[in-house]
Amino acid sequence: MEKVLMKGNEALAEGALRAGCKAYFGYPITPSSEIAEYMARKLPDSDGVFLQAESEIAAINMVYGAASTGARVMTASSGPGISLKQEGISYIAEAELPCLIINISRGGPGLGGIQPAQSDYFQATRGGGHGDYHVMVLAPASVQEMMDFAIEGFELADKYRIPVMIMAEGTLGQMMEPIILREPVTKFYDKPWATTGCKGRKPNVITTLHLPPEELEQRNKHLKNKYDEIKSKEKRAEAFMVEDAELVLVAFGLMSRVAKKAVIEARKNGIKAGLIRPITLWPFPDQHIIEAAETAKIFVSLEINMGQMVEDIKLALNGRAKADFYGRIGVIPNPEEITKVVFGIAEREGL
Amino acid sequence: MKVVAKRPESLYYKKFHYCPGCTHGIIHRIIAECIDEMELREKTIGVCPVGCGVLAYEYFNCDMLEAAHGRAPAIATGIKRMLQDNFVFTYQGDGDLASIGMAEIVHASARGENITVIFINNTIYGMTGGQMAPTTLIGQVTTTSPYGRRPELTGYPIRMAELLATNEGSAYICRTSVHNPAHVLKTKKAIKKAIQTQMEKKGFSMVEILSTCPTNWGMNPIEALERVEREMIPYFPLGEFKVKE
Repeated sequence: MEKVLMKGNEALAEGALRAGCKAYFGYPITPSSEIAEYMARKLPDSDGVFLQAESEIAAINMVYGAASTGARVMTASSGPGISLKQEGISYIAEAELPCLIINISRGGPGLGGIQPAQSDYFQATRGGGHGDYHVMVLAPASVQEMMDFAIEGFELADKYRIPVMIMAEGTLGQMMEPIILREPVTKFYDKPWATTGCKGRKPNVITTLHLPPEELEQRNKHLKNKYDEIKSKEKRAEAFMVEDAELVLVAFGLMSRVAKKAVIEARKNGIKAGLIRPITLWPFPDQHIIEAAETAKIFVSLEINMGQMVEDIKLALNGRAKADFYGRIGVIPNPEEITKVVFGIAEREGL
Repeated sequence: MKVVAKRPESLYYKKFHYCPGCTHGIIHRIIAECIDEMELREKTIGVCPVGCGVLAYEYFNCDMLEAAHGRAPAIATGIKRMLQDNFVFTYQGDGDLASIGMAEIVHASARGENITVIFINNTIYGMTGGQMAPTTLIGQVTTTSPYGRRPELTGYPIRMAELLATNEGSAYICRTSVHNPAHVLKTKKAIKKAIQTQMEKKGFSMVEILSTCPTNWGMNPIEALERVEREMIPYFPLGEFKVKE
């Protein structure tokens, strides 16, 4: 297996190509633009389509159109652009069109800044647009996972006919790490619903309009059943030293790597700390939290925002243990800062 | 025995939901006839708008999609880029195309996107109950211009055919009307030419069709047809605005 040094955004784009991505539609925005640039260079080699759209809104609708033909297609952006795409994502979720949507996230609200942030957590995990829907959200924590999750994202999208979002902090898009180039094993997904011209079959219709109330409710129930199935099968998290942990840090993305160092420091100092790193942000890995609550007295959500995932932790705990929060924005705290936070909470809680 | 008239195969045998005197039905039929005559039904993918045409997929007997308001040209772009030999068309009204979807239509045309757009201009928002459209004529009374459209407040009606004809990517741009049988035939000819333009991969094609909305104009069907000729054609002249050889 080949090992190469790659930038996060490029690793993700390369992963998507290896997964058979046939089209990319996007609009430039920092810190995601390298994905578009990589695709613009590489897609023509594989008879793929790269198209810079006039807007984020057009880009996501081009994804809608291209995905409806059954091809693997994607778009990438960052916070302000993802907000613009929400109209299209709502339609895509209801039309059940598989596709990959990347948020190389930056800080908001508004134009915010281009520094790393996780402040789009609510937007990503609650659907984001109008209506009752979800997208699957994967949170990589390394450049290797940028590639791996792009491949896996397409698989999940096809398997469940759902838009899959990869949400990574801007830093992860911009930094370089050595990675192993993966060769994906892609199953054949039959897509009898695709609109490709009706030769030899009855016409297919892709619509999100359901005027009769019974039909609309049935559609929503259908989506809910699908979401329940995903919840039962696809929740993923990485657990680190949680077996006997009394204080459990919860962090995703790059923040989880900082948190891991703090756990090691805390353990050296006799504090029984552990880490849960959600890999799927939706569905949220609540079972991991519940199991850890058998020994843990307090959970500390570490986020690069002002406190969003902590609500999911509280929902999972449902009173089983305490939940606390520490966050920065635009800045990824270093391990020393987090270690200090952990020591402070441990002392306060008498751990 | 020779068949001289029949229902087009590209249209289901189904009652339209359109109001009496509305010309959507005529336009659906001539699009379907063109698709039949050019033997494209099995290669056709249509994209519906938001507006009265939102349910057009219930009538066309071919693969169809429903778009968000104004986004049909972007969706058609996504489809056509993946399936370059298929026939891809959008069906859009004036609110959809010339207001909320202005960016999508202008750029589809500028890119020379190889799609065909059927643009229904009836100078009003029909589905939502008769509000002012970007094509509403000066002085025209709508529910959101109750004293008549006043240019000092809301500017002037947009001439889309002329505007898009300035784009290099536009290969065929035409404005027609369906207010009498002669013009229905001319419209059919224009649609055929637009489809031909796409199948020959020449670039973007659009037929703007002056259409009626008797319900929201507060007219009977005859008066509505007369209004097209009397008020609309003088402001929206008929003819070909771009023909790329």
